[in-house]
Amino acid sequence: MTTISENPKASAAPEPAAEATGLIGFIPATAARALTLGGGVLTVVSCFLAWTWTPRFPGDLTYYGSPAGLQMQVLVTGVLTALFALSSYGVRGTRWLTPAGGDAALKLAALANFAITWFTVGAISIQLGGPVNLEPGGAVVALASLLALLGALALPFERPKVLPVDPEDTSWDQFKHRAGNGWASFRAAFATTGTARRLPTMHSSVEILIIAGVLAIALGVFTYGVGTEYDELFLGFLITAGLGFAAVSKSGLVAQATQLTSKHQNLSIAGAFTAAALFPFTQTDDQYATLGVYILIFATVALGLNIVVGLAGLLDLGYVAFLGVGAYAAALVSGAPSSPFGVHFPFWAAILVGAGASLVFGVLIGAPTLRLRGDYLAIVTLGFGEIFRIAVMNTDGTSGPDITNGSNGISSIPNLNILGFDFGAAHSIAGFTIGRFANYFFLMLLIMAVVVLVFRRSGDSRIGRAWVAIREDETAALAMGINGFRVKLIAFALGAGLAGLAGTVQAHVTYTVTPEQYLFAGPIPPNSAFLLAAVVLGGMGTMSGPLVGASLLFLIPNKLQFMGEYQLFAFGVALILLMRFRPEGIIANRRNQLEFHEKDETPATLAKAGA
Amino acid sequence: MTTTTKTAGATTAPTGETVLDARGVTMRFGGLTAVRDVNLTVNSGEIVGLIGPNGAGKTTFFNCLTGLYVPTEGEVRYKGTVLPPTSYKVTDAGIARTFQNIRLFHNMTVLENVLVGRHTRMKQGLWSALLRLPSFKKAEAEASKRAMELLEFIGLQDKAQHLAKNLPYGEQRKLEIARALASDPGLILLDEPTAGMNPQETRAAEELIFAIRDMGIAVLVIEHDMRFIFNLCDRVAVLVQGQKLIEGDSQTVQSDERVIAAYLGEPVEADAPSAEATPAEATPAEATPATDAAPATDAPEAEETDEADEAPEPAEDPETDEAPASDETPADEAPASDETPASEDTPHDPASGKENDA
Repeated sequence: MTTISENPKASAAPEPAAEATGLIGFIPATAARALTLGGGVLTVVSCFLAWTWTPRFPGDLTYYGSPAGLQMQVLVTGVLTALFALSSYGVRGTRWLTPAGGDAALKLAALANFAITWFTVGAISIQLGGPVNLEPGGAVVALASLLALLGALALPFERPKVLPVDPEDTSWDQFKHRAGNGWASFRAAFATTGTARRLPTMHSSVEILIIAGVLAIALGVFTYGVGTEYDELFLGFLITAGLGFAAVSKSGLVAQATQLTSKHQNLSIAGAFTAAALFPFTQTDDQYATLGVYILIFATVALGLNIVVGLAGLLDLGYVAFLGVGAYAAALVSGAPSSPFGVHFPFWAAILVGAGASLVFGVLIGAPTLRLRGDYLAIVTLGFGEIFRIAVMNTDGTSGPDITNGSNGISSIPNLNILGFDFGAAHSIAGFTIGRFANYFFLMLLIMAVVVLVFRRSGDSRIGRAWVAIREDETAALAMGINGFRVKLIAFALGAGLAGLAGTVQAHVTYTVTPEQYLFAGPIPPNSAFLLAAVVLGGMGTMSGPLVGASLLFLIPNKLQFMGEYQLFAFGVALILLMRFRPEGIIANRRNQLEFHEKDETPATLAKAGA
Repeated sequence: MTTTTKTAGATTAPTGETVLDARGVTMRFGGLTAVRDVNLTVNSGEIVGLIGPNGAGKTTFFNCLTGLYVPTEGEVRYKGTVLPPTSYKVTDAGIARTFQNIRLFHNMTVLENVLVGRHTRMKQGLWSALLRLPSFKKAEAEASKRAMELLEFIGLQDKAQHLAKNLPYGEQRKLEIARALASDPGLILLDEPTAGMNPQETRAAEELIFAIRDMGIAVLVIEHDMRFIFNLCDRVAVLVQGQKLIEGDSQTVQSDERVIAAYLGEPVEADAPSAEATPAEATPAEATPATDAAPATDAPEAEETDEADEAPEPAEDPETDEAPASDETPADEAPASDETPASEDTPHDPASGKENDA
């Protein structure tokens, strides 16, 4: 099919591209901006109105003057929209909010505002049986957010060059072509126009203060998310946090924060740990500390897996078995009544036994299998994961030696007691009550710090470079003098040892270890499939990626109970979408970002590796 | 075609002790003998070239030297000791190599690539990395310094933080050389270092290889570019169908009839080439090398064919086509190619195109 040069459509096409218009054509630009600002402000105001007449909707949105529940989230996005709108006007004092240009951020903020508002209004209407249950406040906020969104979408943007349709194509090809053009301009509407301004030079104490502020916000968001009490609130939280983060990231603030944190890297990590350690103090009871400690266990194991998968590129589908080995080893020496060994090791010895046992198993499994490459390794590790579970199931005294108590597992594992500090009891620190799970939370935080340290230090060394080299091109790596087998075995054993470390604590937190906790795939998060998903979802090869991935993967199934059996389905869909649109994961390793988006314009340099 | 070693002693002033000594190296893949009984020595301070038509077994021979393949027969000695049969131990012993198709670590930075090459010369294991002892920091700093020196040597010091895959082609080739040099080798094996380069880049590569020689590193280089190889090398060995045809200085090799025959086909009087070429092309999967007519050899051996080699051909042909007239080195060959137009009447003659290549 040749393109005919005198194509009437082709000559007509470039003309509309010349003038900058918005996605919605009929509102002039100045009016659109005013509309967005007005909509944003009106949204904020209406958050102080009552949205419904009955307290039956969870969160009780019937009060005037005090936003509650979902209203708080609408308030946040409304404020964000209004501030970005002011900033896009160039109002003094707000310009720092949008260092990468305001319009894209404004559009996303308005979108976030619209989404959360209409989600809330929709939830009220459905829950209470019709829009009639809305108070005027609810209607006002719906209208205001819609106006803000319309205004934002009418903001002009630079349209991409549209390729003319070839009239000789089949209609399906023409349709695909038009759809592609439409999608391109839709994406351009939300694209940032510039890169973030560099931060002005500031005194380092100011910078540290800013980092502390960012961390405080992160802690606040996390605490809010963990503490959401009902499904609507958590769903709303996901919408608000997701789109809100996208908006803030479009504004360039995230890029600036990253600049700061990479400048003060050690300090930021220490600060993040401090912030995490403050989490139990924000809680009044142990309910959410439980979630916290499970998230930490999950995240620690995911981070260990990230060494194996993300750095060394060894696809391990049976990783949870190493967690199991550690947990069982610790349980067996914990003095639990159902343990056939009647020994009670002190914690330091138990943790050595747990990590050591996992390490030994890692070497035992790795030594024969690591000569395999790619898919074969994945299959063998998958098999090992199952072998572990079945072996544990069978060593119950009837079908094998009596070691693990079979499917009953080892129960009544006593609480830890380190230097007289009883982990099972609640303690009072500075007026705050620190319960059992909060105690373990602190312990897990320490273990995670160890894993983070190992990850960072090993990644940035001769051995870490060898891992990445093996992942990139094994033959070339061998030719560079890297003993591939040895280096891979170290990665495998190290990953296994770290998982075992987490396993020792897990055994004590859960009281009981059973073979059914260590599946390849199951509804409860620490299983091999979810671990791998946490790594991939969060971002391979990064440090914060698996932490974010693990938090999300733990919280979402935990909070959205109503999804029930559709949970895994939704999870699969989410993974597919993520892999399609953001293959490098939520937190992109800058290296991977370059790898996956080489067609987009990307900076060619890599200032400092890692994230 | 028997192996002749008539020039073994008559080489241009062997400047030092023997670095590499390959004796009777034979590599068989099932029934196919890719390399047969090849002897080759490289002395220190020497640049030795290895040429031969595509599929002659040059890269296979390289892989035998570097431990990627274990030779079926024969042994390879490096400075008197027999080389271990594993790739990384060979590098550790002091032989570094580059690859025909560039094999950089694409998603690592330029500096990291060179640091990976430094791997064998650093001894810091996992524990010292975890504990960050002073010795670790010292070794890392030293390695970075050495890597930066090497990057300066090849002129990439300003791109140390770029990703390797974002470098242009010529710089990737250079980076591969720097990565190989990072292991402080006594001998460096370059597999077609100028494949796909334009004449200016080729000249720069030539300078670079001389500079490497001047650093006291022996060089063994595979090339197709005749001018490049005869300018560069003290000694050239010709490999045809897995066997060493001849070894000697440029003059000896260029004037040898069998070399010309191997590259361009037999002289026209025999009338053999055209007759032989056609069946060989018709059956490209022919396994026994003996029947492969030399002009057609690059068709069957897909393994040896360099994609990168083919791509830039059209762009460079004009250059090289007019060059032989003025240059003296291919003078011997120019008449030869004039002699054979009869055989070149066949629609395509890959060997002659190949010979002009680059």
